[in-house]
Amino acid sequence: MNALSPEGYVTADGRKIGGQLMEMKNITLRFGGVKAITDISFDIREGEIRAIIGPNGAGKSSMLNVISGFYVPQEGEVWFRGARRPQMKPYEVAQQGIARTFQNIALFEGMSVLDNVMTGRLNNMNANIFSQAIWKGRAEREEVLNREVVEKVIDFLEIQSIRKTPVARLPYGLKKRVELARALAAEPKLLLLDEPMAGMNVEEKEDMSRFILDVNDEFGTTIALIEHDMGVVMDLSDRVVVMDYGKKIGDGTPDEVRNNQDVIDAYLGVSHD
Amino acid sequence: MSDTFIYAIEVFINGLMAGVLYALVALGFVLIYKASGIFNYAQGVMALFAAMTLVGIMEGQVPFSHLINATFGTSIHHFGWHVPAVLAIIFTMGVMILLAWAVNHFIMRHLVNQEPIILFMATIGLAYFMEGFGDLMWGADIKKLDIGLPQGLNTWIDDTTYQAFGYGFFIDNLDIVAAIVAALLVTVLVIFSQYTKQGRAMRAVADDHQAALSVGVSLNFIWVMVWSVAGFVALVAGIMWGAKSGVQFSLSLIALKALPVLMLGGFTSIPGAIVGGLIIGVGEKLFEFFVGPMLGGATENWFAYVLALIFLVFRPQGLFGEKIIERV
Repeated sequence: MNALSPEGYVTADGRKIGGQLMEMKNITLRFGGVKAITDISFDIREGEIRAIIGPNGAGKSSMLNVISGFYVPQEGEVWFRGARRPQMKPYEVAQQGIARTFQNIALFEGMSVLDNVMTGRLNNMNANIFSQAIWKGRAEREEVLNREVVEKVIDFLEIQSIRKTPVARLPYGLKKRVELARALAAEPKLLLLDEPMAGMNVEEKEDMSRFILDVNDEFGTTIALIEHDMGVVMDLSDRVVVMDYGKKIGDGTPDEVRNNQDVIDAYLGVSHD
Repeated sequence: MSDTFIYAIEVFINGLMAGVLYALVALGFVLIYKASGIFNYAQGVMALFAAMTLVGIMEGQVPFSHLINATFGTSIHHFGWHVPAVLAIIFTMGVMILLAWAVNHFIMRHLVNQEPIILFMATIGLAYFMEGFGDLMWGADIKKLDIGLPQGLNTWIDDTTYQAFGYGFFIDNLDIVAAIVAALLVTVLVIFSQYTKQGRAMRAVADDHQAALSVGVSLNFIWVMVWSVAGFVALVAGIMWGAKSGVQFSLSLIALKALPVLMLGGFTSIPGAIVGGLIIGVGEKLFEFFVGPMLGGATENWFAYVLALIFLVFRPQGLFGEKIIERV
């Protein structure tokens, strides 16, 4: 793997990638006697689409949970925007500008699509409670601004037609999209996607890939994602981390990873024909 | 108009008023159940505790005076001042918020992700603890709660109905105040949960913990808030019931009257708690009036439960509850 310059690099398709947004240093995560992650280090660059791949049980989701604060690693350091992150609760991580989606969709089933996406703006509502209760003054101005952001996201992800529908009634593919919308509404600095395409048909996968690329392109959002579908990963991402049994076995551009012997043995080497 | 019909109207109105008081208690249950999925058995005791604290503060009672006197051999009971009702209510609310924090910090926080039945049992424990704690703090004697609410016969209604029907309706002023307070309370709660950031966050937590965390909602803060709101509702219920029938142990048993209300209205619906309360209130009064004499009276003790039982058979989720549909 090539050493990357600290200032950033230029991708094959000519996009400029910036410096480090997030750096994981020697992360080790244990559950009792089971090591889920062993001494893994990698970084995520500003504006990048970074993928984490690996066979089942490799520790990918655990890694994402460490980044988003749901798990606390026993060893190692997490650096975000040039500063070491102290141990944080998940909601504090979210307030720092890291939004995420979940492997098994975690939406507010009882609320409409619009309300769900609006919850992504909770941290941008600062008016006092009385002002909010009567929707006047600061609360009104904030609400208008927040609505603008939310409508933009809804427009962008093409879910206008279902904005008033209760989420519980939506099909799986659309739920995934609503979850993405909620994460985007927070205008995150880093967007974490846990298997955004799991369980989708080819058409839905193509849609989702397009949205991910567009989000990155349009808003400049840095994205880290976990995905099983190798074709999708290789097409989407700028750089790929490969994990197996909790260890990092490869890191680099899709081409580099594809030609890495360890990776081929562990993961790609399995013949599907 | 026949006499029976006119009496029935009076009974109906009194039933509505009683229903409002049931609804006030049921509201507290619904709030906590909606926000955290916990059926809070302690809601009735919370109302009792709130009422005791309010009386204690108003009268300038020394908290834990029995304990202090027994330990140090002193003989203090009162500070010797009287606190105005409004101020005392604010102080009591402060105590209820403190209690909410303690409940979350010492109990609920440690039971995250446990089965609902475990949480339910924890609230039973809480109920008995608070009952004893309240007695220890303020003494177990029956207290009179008087914060200056109008009480007794409403003469205006009495006069008007007497002129219209030749029979004056007996409607208690306190019941009218209770109805107005309940209406205000529900309006405030609906505005709070629908329009404010905290209300949105509360609904989010109720729906999905993980998702709420991922959009930056602090679960602990929301839980303390929910218990505080429930404490506020308990305080309002405690004031109304306390003013009506004195502050005493039996106040905590009104929680049992809230159960059929909840079964009728649904555990998750604020309007359901109101309508359920009214139906139970009116139902039991009218039943007692028309059928009671044939059955030897005292039907009010069981009518609500039988009505709830019949409802359970035909509509288990209650009138307004969310229908549970699960994909198979």
